[in-house]
Parts: sequence; structure tokens; C-alpha cells
Amino acid sequence: MTSQGGENEQQDGAADPAAIAGRERLAEQVQRTGMFGTETTGDTSGYGGLKVRRAPLVATPRPYGSYFDELADSLAGAMDAAGASYGDAVPLVVVSSGELTLYVRREHLLSVLRQLRDHPDLSFEMCLGVSGVHYPDQAGAELHAVYHLLSITHNRRLRLEVTAPDADPHVPSVVDVYPTCDWHERETWDFFGLIFDGHPALTRIEMPDDWRGHPQRKDYPLGGIPVEYRGATIPPPDERRAYE
Amino acid sequence: MTASSQAQAEGSEGRVYDIGGADWDDVVAAAQSPDFQSSDERMVVNMGPQHPSTHGVLRLILTLDGETVTELRPVIGYLHTGIEKNMEFRTWTQGVTFCARMDYLSPLFNEAAYCLAVEKLLGIQAEIPERASVLRVLLMELNRIGSHLTAIGTFGLEIGATTVFIYGMREREKTLDLLELITGLRMNNAYIRPGGVSQDLPAGAIDRLREYVRIMPGLLGEIRALFDAAPAFAARTKDVAYLDVTGCMALGVTGPILRAAGLPWDLRKSQPYCGYETYEFDVPTRTTADAYGRYIVRMDEMDQSLRIIAQCVDRLSGAAAGTQPVMIADKKIGWPARLALGPDGLGNSPDHIAHIMSQSMEALIHHFKLVTEGFRVPAGQAYVAVESPRGELGCHAVSDGGTRPYRAHFRDPSFTNLQAAAVMAEGGLVADVIVAIASIDPVLGGVDR
Repeated sequence: MTSQGGENEQQDGAADPAAIAGRERLAEQVQRTGMFGTETTGDTSGYGGLKVRRAPLVATPRPYGSYFDELADSLAGAMDAAGASYGDAVPLVVVSSGELTLYVRREHLLSVLRQLRDHPDLSFEMCLGVSGVHYPDQAGAELHAVYHLLSITHNRRLRLEVTAPDADPHVPSVVDVYPTCDWHERETWDFFGLIFDGHPALTRIEMPDDWRGHPQRKDYPLGGIPVEYRGATIPPPDERRAYE
Repeated sequence: MTASSQAQAEGSEGRVYDIGGADWDDVVAAAQSPDFQSSDERMVVNMGPQHPSTHGVLRLILTLDGETVTELRPVIGYLHTGIEKNMEFRTWTQGVTFCARMDYLSPLFNEAAYCLAVEKLLGIQAEIPERASVLRVLLMELNRIGSHLTAIGTFGLEIGATTVFIYGMREREKTLDLLELITGLRMNNAYIRPGGVSQDLPAGAIDRLREYVRIMPGLLGEIRALFDAAPAFAARTKDVAYLDVTGCMALGVTGPILRAAGLPWDLRKSQPYCGYETYEFDVPTRTTADAYGRYIVRMDEMDQSLRIIAQCVDRLSGAAAGTQPVMIADKKIGWPARLALGPDGLGNSPDHIAHIMSQSMEALIHHFKLVTEGFRVPAGQAYVAVESPRGELGCHAVSDGGTRPYRAHFRDPSFTNLQAAAVMAEGGLVADVIVAIASIDPVLGGVDR
């Protein structure tokens, strides 16, 4: 059905914005199939063949609204004064749900954070930690580290997002700039396998030291771990009994 | 292995004294031997994870030089239950039930942060009924009092003041009775839902709330009479576990610790949510930056919470009470039917069943889809923070446009504040470690999630 629709749109003419948007959407990676996310049992909903594609991330054009323009200008000015390029460091700016997100290239993360913390017009004194997100369908940018910053001086919030590929899961540690990220980075390493270069002691924090795998990645199953108790091993729930 | 051979075992760490299964006399004799006394050996002591004064399953590895703590390393993770991972496998509404169990002393704050984030993603903040917001504020402030009473009660117990613990638990019980009356449960309430709250106040709740607001100042005064000016309490807490504003900023510490250091930062004032800007209350601060200041700030905050509760009760008991909705009008987000208690004692809605079974096939389809799948949330991400009893509780919710959270991360204040334990305790006496941890008031369910 989708291939038919695609051919019709191509015949309709390339200038139709809806057709262009449709083609762009179909070119996106398939993010999820089926309706309920089931893979093991039969999906009786009739939606087993459904393919859900991720909405493309669209840069927000200026003006961003609220205090976001002023903030972006201050950061650009501060970085220019320091001899760095704002455009190189921040390739994408997205405003959604009334929140400003700056996508920062990982090699520029520390210099951007230093400006955000120290420049008087920015003054983001507090970092609220780092949260990992795993997007297996985003080739070359599967792992995201999301930083939330808070400026108490100006009463503003800001989100920075840094990506790293699964093949090279390295992001610079920000503990030197924001010591509070110590445990947050350990947690993100523990759950997503993101390696924070320069962290003083990047060890597991929530899972046991000898745990294998990073549980909050999307390719890690929910459950499925045998339980050991006093020498006895109880298999995971989906393997406990079979009615045959 | 005998005790003496253990005591003499020379490892890479130097001489190791192990009391596991050994004779205590041998250990004491070895520790008192001249060559041990004259050396500069440090003692590494493991405290926890089942130590009664560590607020749950927290493990502290202390390096001691005599009575002085030279190094403190917290070890967490004993209570990790994978709540964030589990939420990715449930609908957006079911996520409330999971996140309520994180910080078990303040479940309603977890729910509020999560629901506000979901509502922000849905873009329905303006459609939340006024009465639902007032009920959210009421429940959160009741919960704040319950949480602070636990913090102060256990604080007392840990430094030997058992009366304060009994008083704190007794007063907390009054708070939990009200939570049970309103939500049906003492803890893990799952009362705040995306779109509103699960139900309106039951009959008689207004009178019970008024009675609570009337008696609580006196009961809190009993705790203050025991602690505020007690010389023993002051000696244990004043100038202990010091952390100034600079330290709080660097370590991301928020809540009563930050306010006891002198910064009047309270998200209810600075970035209001749920209509907090329409209530009259103050932000108590102290400038001592020590454990005593944190105790005083918590006591003062309970007084302010009572003020807010009184204002909530006035708004809820107006003439229009009972006729206003407590859930968003959009039935795709709220539950398709309001359940009522049937004659058989089970919750049901005969009108709704008649409608979907014999009148409208579309309504049946919608009911089936919404009940099995849940509603969809537009793709995007949102971060919402609320002022929990322990500081900034943030929820970072990511949606892929589906019926389940793609990722739900909680920035729990206990997790972040506990990092400051080393700064507060190192260089102090080992007895002050207990005071430092108690003044941070970490809840390990929230730390480990």
C-alpha cells in the first residue's frame, strides 16, 4: 500500500508541498513496526504490518520567541569573543513545547558549557544532570546525552543535546565544569554505555559492578534475567513454564 | 581461616582486620597492639547497606583516622528497580503508577512532575480544570508535611531523640489518614493523572481538612518545643555538615539544603506551576548552611504548607463544589467513563456500558482502543520540574508519537543531593556523618529508582 501511494505522489508533481513532505516522511528510518510492540506472540490487532516512521527533526527558524533569541545571541557573541564559532558548535536549534534545545557537537560541548556557565548574560549556574536516550534507528547518532541547565540569575532554562554513534560512544565529561554531573554521568554510562571521557571514576552506579550490558538501551530486553537466590537459579519469567 | 591468621594477613592494602566470623577479643587485642597504635594506619569501615541510620539501603565506606572521617564514599544502587525502563513498556497513564513508587515519601510529587511533563508534550496545560490544579496543590502540600515529618522524626531518632520520632510519626499518620481518605491509599497514590486527578474530594473531606489545619500548628509546636532550643540538639547539629551556596550550586543541591544556605530559591515562587502564583506563602530561609538550619527550614516550610492547604480548602469548599470537573474534558485523554460504585460493590458505569454495547459502535471502538492502547502523545521532549520536599524533582519525558513513553527520566533531588554527603562529612567526626546524611534527607527509593 505504501509503495503504491509513493508512486502516485511522484506522478502528481514534484512541487506539491504535501507530496514532498510525504516523500520525506517515507524516506525516514522505520522506527517501530506493529501496533503493540509485540514480537513473540501473534498480533491479532490487524496492525502487525504497520510501520511507524520517526518525524524528522526540523530546525526552528528565527525568531524563536520568548527569551530564546536573546539567549542564542548572547551565546553566539560570547563564543565569537572567545574565538570559537557558534555555527560550528551548534548545528541545530529546536524550540518545542516552549523549551529551547541546542544540539551541540560533542567536541565543542565543554567550550559551550563554559560560556553558558561563566558569561554574565548567560549565567547557567546549575546543571540538572544528564539523561541518556537511545535511538537505534538514527544511524550515526544513536546515543543522545541530554543536559538540562538552569540559570538562577536570569530564571531561565535550557536544554543541550549531544549525540554519539554506537560505534564510538564517547562524549566529553562535564564534571570539570559542573561537578554535579559526576553521578549523573556514571548513571548514563551504566544504563546506556555512553563513555564520558575525562570522568574521574566512570564506574557503574545503579547496577552491580559485574553486570553485563546497559539496561536502558532499546536493544536490551525488559526482564529476561535469571534470578539467583541462595544457590538456586530461577529462570526469567518468560521461560518459567511451558504449557505443551 | 582463624581469626589470628586473618588479622595477620598482609594484603596489598596492608594489614587487614576482618571481623567476619572472627573472635572479637583477637581483633581488639590486635587493634590495641603497640605496633598498630604507633602506625599511621587508617581504618576503613563499611557502614550499611542495612544500617538503621542510613535512611534505607545506603552503604557508606568511611576511611577513619581515629574519630575523624578522612574519606566518605556513598555506594548506591541497592534499591534499583528499573522503574524508568518499565515505564517504556506501559501506557502514558500507567506510567503514573510506576513513578509514584520512586521516592516513596513523596509519591504525589513524582506523579505531578510526570503528569505535567506529559501535559506539556500534549499541549493541554490550559485545558486542565481549575479544580484539578487546586486538588494537586492540596495533595502535594499535605504530602510535603508528611515527608518533612518523616525527615525530622528520623533525624531525631538517629541522634537519640526517640520522642521526636514518635511525635513525627504520630503527626505523619494524621497526614496519611487524609491522603487515604482523598486518594484511597496512604502511599503510592497514583492520584494525579495526565489531564487532571483521578477523583474529586469524598464527602466529609473538607471538614477533616479544616480540622487538620486547626490542630497541626499546635502539634508541630510540640516538636519545636523539644528541638528548637534544646542544647543537646544544637550541639549535635549547629555548624555540622556545612555546605554554602557555592557548594550547593556546584553540586546541584536544591531544596531545604540550598534555602538553609541562604538562597530563597523555590520553584513554586520562581517558576510556578499548578497555579502556585495565586497562593500566599513565604519561602523560609536561614543563612547558617548547617544541619540545624535545614531542620528549621523544614519546620518553617510545614507552617507555609498549612497556609497553602487552608487556601486550597477555601477554594474547594466554594458554592460550586462538586459540580466542577476534576479531569480534562477531552475523553481521549481522560478515561472514557467515570466509574461509580455499583450495588455489587464493584466499580462500574452502567450508562457507559449501555452506550458502547447497544448504541454506538464507534464509541465501542474508541473505548477498546483507548483502554488497550492508551492515548498518543506527539513526538518531542519536555522537561518539567516541581519543588519536591527534597528539592528540584525534574521529569524528562521523550515521546516518539506513540502510546508509551519512549523515555522517562527523573532527576531525583535525593540522587543529586546525596553527592554532597562527602563534602559535608569529610574532615568531621564519624558521629557527624549520621547528622549529615539525616540533614540531606535522602530517600533511597528516589536515589536508585
